Amino acid sequence: MAVTAETVAHLAKIEKSQGYWRSVWTRFLRDKVAVCAGLVAAGLVLMAIFAPWIAPADPLEGSMIKRLSPIGTEGYPLGADELGRDMLSRLIYGARLSLFMGVVPVLIAFAIGAAIGIAAGYLGGWVNTITMRVLDVLYAFPSVLLAIAISGALGAGILNGLLSLTVVFIPPIARVAESVTTSVRKLEYIEAAQASGASSLRIVRDHVLGNVLGPIFVYATSLISVSMILAAGLSFLGLGVSPPNAEWGLMLNTLRNAIYVQPWLAALPGVMIFLTSISFNMLSDGLRSAMDVKQ
Amino acid sequence: MSTPILSAHNLVKHFNAGGFGAARKVVRAVDDVSFELAPGETLGVVGESGCGKSTTARLLVQLLRPDSGSVRYEGKVVGPELPLKAFRSKVQMVFQDSFASLNPRMTMIDAVAFGPTVHGMSQSDATRKAQDLLDRVGLDPSRFGGRYAHELSGGQRQRVNIARALAFDPQVIVLDEAVSALDKSVEAQVLNLLMDLRRERGLTYVFISHDLNVVRHISDRVMVMYLGEVAEIGPAESLYSAPRHPYTEALLAAMPSLDPDRRTMEAPLAGDPPNPIDPPPGCRFHTRCSRAFGPCSSQVPPSHTVGKSHVAACHLNSVKEQVA
Repeated sequence: MAVTAETVAHLAKIEKSQGYWRSVWTRFLRDKVAVCAGLVAAGLVLMAIFAPWIAPADPLEGSMIKRLSPIGTEGYPLGADELGRDMLSRLIYGARLSLFMGVVPVLIAFAIGAAIGIAAGYLGGWVNTITMRVLDVLYAFPSVLLAIAISGALGAGILNGLLSLTVVFIPPIARVAESVTTSVRKLEYIEAAQASGASSLRIVRDHVLGNVLGPIFVYATSLISVSMILAAGLSFLGLGVSPPNAEWGLMLNTLRNAIYVQPWLAALPGVMIFLTSISFNMLSDGLRSAMDVKQ
Repeated sequence: MSTPILSAHNLVKHFNAGGFGAARKVVRAVDDVSFELAPGETLGVVGESGCGKSTTARLLVQLLRPDSGSVRYEGKVVGPELPLKAFRSKVQMVFQDSFASLNPRMTMIDAVAFGPTVHGMSQSDATRKAQDLLDRVGLDPSRFGGRYAHELSGGQRQRVNIARALAFDPQVIVLDEAVSALDKSVEAQVLNLLMDLRRERGLTYVFISHDLNVVRHISDRVMVMYLGEVAEIGPAESLYSAPRHPYTEALLAAMPSLDPDRRTMEAPLAGDPPNPIDPPPGCRFHTRCSRAFGPCSSQVPPSHTVGKSHVAACHLNSVKEQVA
C-alpha cells in the first residue's frame, strides 16, 4: 500500500511541460505580419457580426437623388451606389455574406475532405488508390469552371452557391489530408500502436488525428480567400447571392457600369475582397510557419 | 529444448517491386526463415543492411503478414489458434528510431500508459503503472512523465520505448536495432538496463543489430542472415569461435578489434550484396564467397547440423562430413 500512496503522490506532482499548441502560439506571436493579418481578419469578422450596430444607415434603403454620390458626400462617407444606397453600410453588411461564403464552404469541405483523406491515407492500398483517383477526376476541372457548372446546374441562390463551393474544395483538402496521413502512417509510433493491439479507429483517434489535423487545417484556411473570390465571382455572374442583398462580389457586378463615372466608388467592394483575402492568406501563412518548426 | 516460447516456421515475405503479370518483380525480403526461441534466452540476429533482419522482426510481432509460413507462440499458431490481441500483449517490439517511435503530441506517461488501456486497464491504473515503469527504466516520472518526445535525449527516449514495451507485461521483446543509434556510453547503459530487466522478469529477447560485439555480449544464440535467408544459427560462443559458414567468417573478420596483431588488412567482403529482386541461384552467397566451389552456384545448400543446436547452410559442411 505504501507504494500506491507514493505513486499517488507522484501523480499530483507531475508537471506538464509546455504543450505543442502553446509553443505554436508563442512562435505565432513573434511573427508581426501574421499577428497584424490576424487582427485585420478578426476586425472583419467582428464587423460582420456587429454590422447592425456599426452601419450608419440601412443598406437596402435607396435615394434616387443620391445615386452614385462620390466618396465624401455629406451623410454618405463612402458615397452611394447606383440605387443611392449608403456604400459604407453596404460594405459593412456585405462582410456578413462574403465571409459566410468564404468560411462555411471551407469548413464543410474541411470536415468531409479531411475524413476522406485521412481514411484513404491510413488504410492505404487499393482503398487509397480508388479514392484518390475518383477525387482526381473532380480535381481535373479548373475550380472556377466546376463551381460555375454546379451552380449553373442547380440555379442561383446562396445555398446552391455554398454547395458548389464545398464540392470544389473537397478534393484539394482530401489530397492534402491523404498525403499528410500517409507520411505519418509510416512512422514507427503508428507501428508501435498497431503492435499494441489497438483498433484502427482508436489509432486514428489517439495517434493520427493530433498529428495531421493541424497541417490540413492550415491548408484549409488558405482556401478561405479562394472561396471568397469564387463566391464573389459566382455572385458577379448572377449565380450566387442575388440582389438586393449586400455582398461584395454582387456589388462589384452591379457597380461595374459606373466604373467610368465613379471609378473609386466602383472599386470599393474589390478593395474589401482584397483586404479580406490577403489577411486570411497571411494568417494561414503565419500559422503554417509557426507549426512547421522541427522539434 | 522445451517448448519454444516463440517460433518462426518457414516465414516468407516478398515485397512488390513494380511490374505486372509476367514482368512483376518481387523483393525477396525474407525467404523461408525458421527458428525457435527458448523461454528466457536471447537470440541475436546479425547481417548486412537489407538482409531481411527488420522484416523478420516485423513478421515476428505480426506487424506484417507473411506470404506463407507462420509464427507460433508457445506452440499455438498466431491467428487461428491464438487471438492476435492476446498475442500482442505477449510479444512487443522496440524500434531503432527512438524519436519516430514516440507520438510527438503525447506525454511520456500517456505514451507508456496507452498500451495497458488498449488491453482494458483503467486510465488511472495505467497511469500509475506507467509511472512505476518510467521509474524502473531510470527516468524520474515527476520530471519526465509530463514531457514530450522532443524534450528528451535519444537514450532517455529509448528508455521510454522500453518502458512502453514493458507496460504490456510481455514475455518476448523484439529489439530492432534498439541501441544502434545511441552514443556508445548511453548504449552501454541501455544494454545494462535490458540485461537487468531480462533477469528480473525472465524476458526473452530477439536482439537485432549490426554490431557483432554487442550481439556477442548480450546473446545466448546468434542467427546470421544473408539476403533473406538464415546462413548460420548457433550458440554465441561456438558461432563466434568456430563459424561454419564463410559469410559468418567474413563478418567476424570485419569486426573491429583493439588488438593490433588481429587487425584486418584486406576487406574480407568485397562489394555489395546482390539484388534481392534477383538473387543468385544455388547458394545466395556464392558470388562473394572466397571458398565457393562446384555445387555452390547451382545447388541450394541444405542446413547442416554442425554442433549442438548449431546449424549452417553451406556446402563446405557436406564436404567436411564426407571427409570425416
